[in-house]
Formats: sequence, C-alpha cells, structure tokens
Amino acid sequence: MKFDKPATTNPIDQLRIVGKPTRRIDGGLKTTGTAPYAYERHDAVKNPAYGVIVGSAIAKGRIVSMDQAAASASPGVLAIVTSRNAGKLGKGEKNTAKLLGGPEIDHYHQAVAIVVAETFEQARDAAMLLRIGYETQEGRFDLAAAKDAAPLTRKTEQTGPPLSKVGDFDAAFAAAPVQIDATYTTPDQSHSMMEPHATIAAWHGEQLTLWTSNQMIAWGVGDVAKTLGIAKKNVRLVSPFIGGGFGGKLFVRSDELMAALAAKAVGRPVKVALARPMIPNNTTHRPATIQRIRIGTDKNGRITAIAHESWSGNLPGGEPETAVNQTRLLYAGANRLSSMRLAELDLPEGNAMRAPGEASGMMALEIAIDEAAEKAGIDPVEFRILNDTQVDPEKPERPFSQRQLVKCLRLGAQRFGWNKRNPKPAQLRDGQWLVGLGMAAAFRNNLLTKSAARVKLDRHGIVTVETDMTDIGTGSYTIIAQTAAETMGVTLDRVVVHLGDSDFPVSSGSGGQFGANNSTSGVYAACMKLREAIAKKAGIAPADARFADGRVSAGARAMSLAEAAGANGLVAEDGIEYGKLDKTYQ
Amino acid sequence: MKPFTYERASTPAQAAAAVARQAGAKFIAGGTNLLDLMKLQIETPSHLVDVNGLGLDKIEPTADGGLRIGALVRNTDLAADERVRRDYAVLSRAVLAGASGQLRNKATTAGNLLQRTRCSYFYDTNQPCNKRKPGSGCSAIGGYSRQLAVIGTSPACIATYPGDMAVAMRVLDATIETVRPDGHARTIPIADFHKLPDGTPQVENALEPGELITGVALPAPVGGTHVYRKVRDRASYAFALVSVAAIVQKDGSGRVALGGVAPKPWRSADAEAELPGGAKAVTGRLLAGAQPTAENAFKLTLAERTLAAVLSQARA
Repeated sequence: MKFDKPATTNPIDQLRIVGKPTRRIDGGLKTTGTAPYAYERHDAVKNPAYGVIVGSAIAKGRIVSMDQAAASASPGVLAIVTSRNAGKLGKGEKNTAKLLGGPEIDHYHQAVAIVVAETFEQARDAAMLLRIGYETQEGRFDLAAAKDAAPLTRKTEQTGPPLSKVGDFDAAFAAAPVQIDATYTTPDQSHSMMEPHATIAAWHGEQLTLWTSNQMIAWGVGDVAKTLGIAKKNVRLVSPFIGGGFGGKLFVRSDELMAALAAKAVGRPVKVALARPMIPNNTTHRPATIQRIRIGTDKNGRITAIAHESWSGNLPGGEPETAVNQTRLLYAGANRLSSMRLAELDLPEGNAMRAPGEASGMMALEIAIDEAAEKAGIDPVEFRILNDTQVDPEKPERPFSQRQLVKCLRLGAQRFGWNKRNPKPAQLRDGQWLVGLGMAAAFRNNLLTKSAARVKLDRHGIVTVETDMTDIGTGSYTIIAQTAAETMGVTLDRVVVHLGDSDFPVSSGSGGQFGANNSTSGVYAACMKLREAIAKKAGIAPADARFADGRVSAGARAMSLAEAAGANGLVAEDGIEYGKLDKTYQ
Repeated sequence: MKPFTYERASTPAQAAAAVARQAGAKFIAGGTNLLDLMKLQIETPSHLVDVNGLGLDKIEPTADGGLRIGALVRNTDLAADERVRRDYAVLSRAVLAGASGQLRNKATTAGNLLQRTRCSYFYDTNQPCNKRKPGSGCSAIGGYSRQLAVIGTSPACIATYPGDMAVAMRVLDATIETVRPDGHARTIPIADFHKLPDGTPQVENALEPGELITGVALPAPVGGTHVYRKVRDRASYAFALVSVAAIVQKDGSGRVALGGVAPKPWRSADAEAELPGGAKAVTGRLLAGAQPTAENAFKLTLAERTLAAVLSQARA
C-alpha cells in the first residue's frame, strides 16, 4: 500500500477498538513471569553451554599477550574465543567500533574474549583467570579539551546538515535589544534496561539462530551476516519479548556475535548475557554534549536571531548527538544559525538513546527560551505563542502538515492553572518543599519508514498477524492487535499477534519513535489486502464490503469470516510505503 | 566467585574460633554486600562461617536504660522497632534512608557496620586500588571522585565509609560488643570502631582476626529532636554525597555526625560546641583541614547547607 497523499476517512477511523483503553494482551505473560526472554529460552534450546564475555581493561592501545593456560584448565571450560581464533570478521553496517577487539583496542570494555563453560559460574571464574597483557596508548576522553579543534560533522540522512544558516545571524543578534548567550552541557548517559543484552546462539549446519533481545530484527540479520561473512538467509533472529531497549538494542552487540562464535567453537548452543557492570562501556551510550545557544529578540519579544551550536564526541566514523535539530523547527526567527561539530574521542561508541539528539537539545533550547522570555519580560507561555511558526522556519515554503503547539500551550496553561502562577521563584512552600510551576515545549519529528506484515485468517475466524516488529515494553502486541481487530471487524480476543522473528515480513522495528505509527500502518495494509480476499470469497465487491461482528456483508449478503476462510484459510501480505509527503510538509 | 567451604556455627565463640582457625575465612550473615563482592572476586574467602543461627536477633533493654541490638537484627526490624522509633528515631530514619526494602530485609546490624566502600575503583578490578590490592595505588586520586571522601583521607585512599546506620549510631554514642576467638568479650566505642586509611586502607575497623560482633548497645535515650537527612544523586537507592545525623535539644545544643564525607562517620565534640552558632560554624570546625578533590569540593558547601536545613527542620 502506498501512502502518498493526505489520508481521508478509512476503516481504521471507526475507533471501535483503536483508541479505546484495553488491557495489554501480553500483560498476563509478563506479570506471571512467563513471557520468554532471550536468556530463558529453555523451551527452544536444550543443554546450552554458558559464555562470559571479557572486556578490555584498557581504553586505548593493544593486546600484547594473552595467557590462557589457567583459564583453559579451569573446571568445565569448553572453549575460549578471541580475535586470534575467531576467524575473519567483518563489521556491522550499524556498528562504529568492532564488537570483538584485539589486538587493537578501541574502547574500554570492548569485548576481547568469550570463555565458554558447562555452567555460568565456571565460565565466570575462568574468565577471571585470563591473563591479558596490554600496551596502552594515550587516549582522548575529554570533550571540552577536544571541542575547539572539532570539525563540522559529515552530513547523513539521520543527522541532517552539519551547518545551517538563514539570513544574517551575527548582525541580527548584535542589533537585538534583548539577548541571551548561554552554554549548556550534558554528560555521557547510559541505558541500563532491566533485561541486559542477552543471546542464545545455536548452529544447525550453516544455519545460525539467535534468540536475542534486539529492537530491529532485519538490521540485526544483516549485520550478523555481514560480521560473520555468511548469507543473510542463514541467519535467523528471534526476539519476541524485550525487557527494555531505549536504543541500546537497535544494533547487534557483542552478546550476539560472541554467542554465535562460541556456539560454533563448542558445537553446541551457547547462552550469553552481559553483566550489568559491562553494559555502560561495552555497548552504546548517549554522548555528552556542549551546547551554546544565543537568542536575540526585538523589544516586543519576537525572536529576530537564534543560534544553536553543539559539540559532541565519538569514535572515528561515529555520528554526532544531533542536539540542534529541534531548534531548526520549533520557533520562528528570520536570522538563524545551527551547527554540529564532532570530536574524535576514544570513549565507547556513542549512539542512539531515547530520542537521540532531542533529549539533550530540547533541554538546552527550552531553558534558553525561558531565559529569553525572562529577559524580555514576557510570560514563558506567551513568549512561545508569540514565536510560534506554522512553516519550517528555514524553508518557509514548506508548511507543517499540522501543528498544534499554540493550542497545547493554551490548553495546558488552562488545565494547570498557569494564570495563578507566581512567576517569582521560591515563593510557595509546602512543608519542606518549595513548590513552583514551570513549563517547556517539546517535539520530535514523525519518522516514516516502510513496514510490512502478514495476516492469516483461519477456519475458526481467528486472525493471526505476523511481522518482525518488536515489543520493547511499548505495547506493540496490543496496538497491532487493536489495528487488526478494528480493520477486520472482529473482537480483540479473535486476534493473535506474533512478533520479533526474522521469518516474518520486515517491519519498521522499534526505534526513533517510528515503531507504533509505521508498524500498525503495515498491519493495516496487510489487513486491507486480506479484506479483499475475504470479500472475493463471499462474492462481494471489496469496495462495498463491510467488516463487523466477525462477518463480511454488503446489503443483505453476509458471510462469517470463518466461513470465508474455508478449510485452508486465507493469507495476505502487504506493507506500507510512503511517497514524498514528508518532503512537501514538515 | 572462588570456590569456598562453608559451615554453620552454633555459638558466637565457636564462630569466632572457626574464622580465626583458617586463613581467608569470613563470617556471613545477610551476605548483601559480601556475595556481590565475591562474584566480582573483590572478596575471595576460602571458607565461610554462617552466623545466622546464633540467635543474636533480639532487641532488648539494657540495665542502664538503653537498648541492646543483636548483631543479626535485620535492618527492617531495627528500623521498625517501636523503642528505636520512639527513643532513637535518628537510627530508624538512617536505616530507612539506605538500600531497598528487599536488602533491608536481609541485611543485618553487624553486617551494615562492616559494609565496604562503593568507590568505583574498588569495584573495578581492572584498576589499581590500595584497599582491594594493598600497594597497587589509588586510582581515585586524580580520577572520578565525586562520591568520595573530603576528610580523614590519606595519600593511599580517599574512599568513604558508605553506610547510613553507623552515622546515626555515632551520634547515639553506640558501643560495639564483640567476642574474640578465645571466647572473651569486649566492647568498642563506635568512635574507635572504623579506622582511617593512613597507609593501610585495607584495614577498615578495629576487629581482630576472627573477632565477631555480637551486638550494638545504645546508651539511655537523650531526648531531643532526631533528624537524618541524606543528600544523593538519586532520590532513592543511592549512597550519600552528604548525610547528616543530628539530635537537637530545645536549648540549641545537640549532636551532629556526617556521613558520605569521610572513611568513617564524622563527628567531633568541638564542632558540636558551635551548634548555637549555626551550621556554618559547626561544619567549619568539623571539616577543618579537609582535603577535597576538585570534583568533590562541593561537599563542603553541601554539608553546611544540609546541616542548616536539618537545624531549621529540628527547630521548626
């Protein structure tokens, strides 16, 4: 299904099931501890060995010696895999640093070995017996020190332009009667989701199966294949339940690679989970930023000049924290400047974490906007309303398809009793607390990406959805079931959803806030195709067919979905694809 | 975790003798700190003597009007005890400011006194640490030190004693009761119990090899308003940047101990004499001679302000 013009009313808009509160369909499994997470797939894998990953003890340099004698002789040890015996490995498209280091070390806690043993405890003990000699090199770890020499980042689809200028910022700022010039910093931040990165790997001949915890199944298949140098068709990823992702599981990480290598080495399934202390430095994190924001307004508080410059660091080849992208779109102002500069640092890989860029950038922007409002002597809600824009301020010919910030601000102000607020800080005391009221705006772009699904109807009238979409605790199972139930005219209990398996059609996956809108659109597309097949079986023109109460009907003609499915059932597969609407409209 | 042998002791003296008998032996009670450290091979005992069956789990009145807390009284039970809450509220509040409900259910009074520092370099076995590996060096000096001590430190170690309970016991003038491997009991004032690092940061307390804590005695109640205030980077489940245990009397006199700033609960009589003069006067004296790092110098100001908040709360 191609989505290339603004939507009109369609079957999803009935809102009989979509948009209504409902229990999560996976809730029972999760609250009773029976949702199968990667490390616990005892149903799928018998007799696994256990792998423990050893992280580099240095941040930069090389391994000069590795004495494995004591570790190898330790009870229960089956194998030790390092860069010396792992065979030739590639690097995933989405990885900045190699997942298995050695002899060169790119960052602290980069995996350098996996020790495999009969039990977890034996593997952990043996891992501590590896004697690794390092030669350390001077590393670069301090963003502030590297800032002044940091070049503009290169342009990618994700990051947008490194430098963006509209009008003459310098002149307009210099002439502005109200000015603020402030610098904000954010520290490195680490996701530490409840379920650590974990994988069970098993080989059947050339076929590798990874029961893992990964937000993006198709990316994962591609990068596992690329890293191991095998065909994508020989890799299966299974990730039906994920105990939190936050962007930290968008990519193949060392647990997946090392489990696969270990399973190959011992000829038996191997399970691996990253220990909690390894997660911050072995995996990805949100990089620190330094951000300078300058805002100039006229005497009435209208922004005439706005600049947001950001610095972050990453390993060579890494991307910046895109902290300025919201500033490019959120407020009006004729003269604009924004830039992103990227220093090379030898810290662990910086990458997506919970609204990458926005979380760091919005914080700085909204504090600066408050400070500008204060300096201009204007209420912060009014200041934002005054500086609203209905078009992309960098490209005024490009309107927002819909923008309701002013309505949000007015409604919020009304509901929170903003007009009763004392703008002077520290005036209201509640027991030991000083109580105040503040506000901030926030937004993130609507990201569009292809997403597909398969929908089956069986002879009992049960609708089964299959897509490689993941549920990272966000409720994907339930919203996909709602979408299918609404579109097929059945109740929620007639829908079964299977997710997170690379045997299923490729979805958007979960990331960047694009999961819910795109994956449900893909399911909707597949359901519309299934409706056509059902209508055809019922002898009804698809355009006339009405789907409700488990039946398809048109006028006096009606047939139950079960009957339409027949003994063999019906299957439809489709996906959503997009035209250029997001280029025409912001 | 290194393999170890295990036995259950049936009397305190027998437990003490069992630990003294074997090099590398340790007591285990709640295990909430020890087991974590064993998994990381920071602690590698060869033998564990389980003291949970010794019956030291009662809170009883003492002859002089105080309270004796058995070594094995769980933190949850200590904090909930009616007499503790009524007469030693600072202790109840301090215990509840630490750890989590699950940990407090398991953790014991004696174990809490003996918990080890949370200095990140003590935990990271890739880094030198004089406390973990004497003579290897201190990574915290010149490293990440936001959480670490500002006073009582040495060129060998700037770790803090991390706990809350002992800070309250310090203002209460508690006494640690022990039994030695030869069966003889002794008492150690809490002021003398935790040791400053000097050149031997691995020696953290006054216990002799095999010596077992059997209980903690609190003197008769001293009245006053009891406050425990803990300031930390997260609102719960984090160790103190600065904590203040205080007992403030109506006449303005009182007692103050600080946590999170030193290798032991930090208290001095001359600083307390300044209490009528306000927080700045007290912390100025209490933290005189502090040697903070650039990263933790804020603790000096934070201590003063936290004490100011405590005093205003106590006097409200």
